[in-house]
Amino acid sequence: MQSVISVTHLSKTYAARPPRQAAFEALKNVNLEIRRGEIFALLGPNGAGKTTLISIVCGIVTASSGQVLVDGHDNVKEYRAARAKIGLVPQELHTDAFETVLKTVSFSRGLWGLAPNPAHVEKVLRTLSLWDKKDNQVRALSGGMKRRLMIAKALAHEPQILFLDEPTAGVDVELRKDMWNLVRQLRASGVTIILTTHYIQEAEEMADRVGVISKGSLILVEEKAVLMRKLGKKQLALHLTTKLDAVPAALAAHRLELAAEGSELVYSYDTQAERTGITALLQDVASVGIRFNDVVTKESSLEEIFVSLVRRDPAERRP
Amino acid sequence: MNLRAIKSIYVFEMSRWFRTIMQSILSPVISTSLYFIVFGAAIGSRMTDIEGVEYGSFLVPGLIMLMLLTQSTANASFGIYFPKFVGTIYELLSAPVSYFEIVCGYVGGAATKSILLGLIILATAYLFVPVHILHPLWMVTFLVLTAVTFSLLGFIIGIWADGFEKLQLVPLLIITPLTFLGGSFYSIDMLPPFWQTVTLFNPVVYLISGFRWAFYGLADVSITTSLVMTFVFLAACLTVVARIFQTGYRLKS
Repeated sequence: MQSVISVTHLSKTYAARPPRQAAFEALKNVNLEIRRGEIFALLGPNGAGKTTLISIVCGIVTASSGQVLVDGHDNVKEYRAARAKIGLVPQELHTDAFETVLKTVSFSRGLWGLAPNPAHVEKVLRTLSLWDKKDNQVRALSGGMKRRLMIAKALAHEPQILFLDEPTAGVDVELRKDMWNLVRQLRASGVTIILTTHYIQEAEEMADRVGVISKGSLILVEEKAVLMRKLGKKQLALHLTTKLDAVPAALAAHRLELAAEGSELVYSYDTQAERTGITALLQDVASVGIRFNDVVTKESSLEEIFVSLVRRDPAERRP
Repeated sequence: MNLRAIKSIYVFEMSRWFRTIMQSILSPVISTSLYFIVFGAAIGSRMTDIEGVEYGSFLVPGLIMLMLLTQSTANASFGIYFPKFVGTIYELLSAPVSYFEIVCGYVGGAATKSILLGLIILATAYLFVPVHILHPLWMVTFLVLTAVTFSLLGFIIGIWADGFEKLQLVPLLIITPLTFLGGSFYSIDMLPPFWQTVTLFNPVVYLISGFRWAFYGLADVSITTSLVMTFVFLAACLTVVARIFQTGYRLKS
């Protein structure tokens, strides 16, 4: 599939500001291809470089080295063509407190050089449940509404690529669901979406592909499903009728763990393996006379995968 | 050229002004009126005419310039500082607009406001003292050139400032003294010879002198010198603005 954004050898070092701030390497030789029409989730802990990466692509921060192509246009030399395609919803709620909702959204459209289109602006505001508030001053909006306003401003100029930097930080559950629906609708209409988040659930719910960034390095880019399959472990738990003090020696070969104060036996296995070993395990459990009243299987979540990735020693990560 | 972007920024800046129209217009008008009452009527009545022009009338171009300089710098510096302060600058920096277009929008907005204010103050002056304008076209030329030049200076200050104190520091420490010492209230001839020479290093002298010449045909320095100096100052501001955008100074990290 064709790349809509192509990032090559991108590095960024923030200059030192003595005496308080030492030079800081925020991005280290990042290479990334974003496919047209996908939802790409950039995961990483706070301070990993997510926002710096987005800011460079959007033209807010100058890269120290490397290149960014947006739909084939260099984002520095052909900034007009590159930026015209991008909509950015930053993490912080930066708004003009005294402007009205309608004016501030129309301003964004004008800034991108597009002719006024009241019908489009109305559609955007209605989609984001802001149409009723169109004549209100921005400062009168609640936090959730301001967040939606930021999205409306970005959608007002009909971007082909939308960056959502932590779109659901500090947003309640309902609004989060609404936002996920909106993102899916946008994707269905052909918009490429790049979202950063440190909520794994968000990436798990939405993304086609996941990139994990840690300490300025992109440590992994993978299809979400593949990632979960590759790194995900599956566990089978037997709920025992009688508690055990220890795993019986006869079952040692299965490398079981005793959980829930001795009332569960947990078996970890790889779903991709030729033999999962479940049949043998169940036969052996029956043969030592252990009885159980329930069997539960559980897949590891993206969160568990993510935590294990970020915690691993950087030297180990390199292929 | 993204003309729609320039228009959007310009309209945005103007609507910010109209939102607070009362304080935007009222305060300069009131303070100028006070100058006319105190210096024009009260003190001016005891002053001799300056080269045949009544002191109250002599003051008019100087006072308009005083307001023009302070309002242009204040408006333009606040106009660009505020998006930096509240963070909305992200949108400007990520939009497909050139730096030239950004400057046109902001400086155009600030200059328009101060030109309108200048004209309002001129109208106010008619209420207090007799005013003649010998060269209306030159008057407008100087008005526009000065408004644009000092709006550019304000824009530079707004980008340089990283706090509200700095935003007020330059107007307070530099612009106001330069204007007061630039001949707003007196003709340079009235100064001792040494100070006359010192005054010639003050760029504001040339602006006020040229502007006053457009009114009454009186000038401290020749009109050509005034015009050249105004353009020199304009060019200097443009160079600094261009440099700021080339380097991303205080805008991009």
